[in-house]
Amino acid sequence: MKCEELLTMLNEYVDGTVDPAVCEEFEKHLAGCNPCQVVVDNIRQTITLYKDGQPYAMPVKFREQMHDALRKKWKEKFPKK
Amino acid sequence: MTNLPTPETPDVELVCLAKAGELDAFEALTNRYEQRVYGLAMRMLRQEQDAEDVTQQTFLSVLENLEGFRGESSFSTWVLRIASHAALKIIRKRKGLNTVSLEEATEPSDDFNSIPHPEFIADWRQSPAHLVERNEVRRLLDDALTRLDEKHRLVFLLRDVEGLSVRETADALDLNEGNVKVRLLRARLQLREDLTRVLGDPARQLVRSPHHHE
Ligand SMILES: [Zn+2]
Repeated sequence: MKCEELLTMLNEYVDGTVDPAVCEEFEKHLAGCNPCQVVVDNIRQTITLYKDGQPYAMPVKFREQMHDALRKKWKEKFPKK
Repeated sequence: MTNLPTPETPDVELVCLAKAGELDAFEALTNRYEQRVYGLAMRMLRQEQDAEDVTQQTFLSVLENLEGFRGESSFSTWVLRIASHAALKIIRKRKGLNTVSLEEATEPSDDFNSIPHPEFIADWRQSPAHLVERNEVRRLLDDALTRLDEKHRLVFLLRDVEGLSVRETADALDLNEGNVKVRLLRARLQLREDLTRVLGDPARQLVRSPHHHE
């Protein structure tokens, strides 16, 4: 396997969905190729950083307004309740 | 009085109750997904007012279209789908265009052969666990996201941040799975490149040998 081929299968490898035979080849390449190893690490870290990053909190005031608007609309839709 | 929804009540059950006119169930669904929708909108648009508009429009649309929701996808995918399209609409408006599209299936950039190679390769100086604690890191992450084309950004956010599967991401954006995969790879590689230029340790930068054929 060449670096370029590895690149096209990176997603499947990182997500753990690569087929076992390919996975073995992938890992053989990684063991002998430091740049690819670091790229794989970097990609994993990138995903983790976004996934675990600080979430954006909805402003409380907006949340209240939105819930009011939704309740109003709900009552138009289900007037009997 | 029917049973009040609890955090354990599954979405499908809440959807049924909401369809039957139970406001509590609808509010429970809104509470469950509003932060995610708002976060997605903020990361797509980086503007509070626009993110609020997207969030409100999304849940109004959920309310209006609830009867039409037949459960072909999960409720969460459906909600994120509505939010994604609302965010894209704002991006289109900002650009003054009527059509930007996620829909155009065959463009050259959607080909695995044109994937750019990693250039700056280096171990990071700190672990992600340390980095997330730092305030300037969010700025860095958001700047890198903004530099992504919106169609790549949206695929990355749905798949890697919201945790949708490739199939679900494809459904949410009306793309085929092949397109999702290529866009995701481009997004991940570009973000890696951008972040590594800032977070990578220059002393440990690796240079790829031009004829490496292991
Ligand atoms: Zn390699």
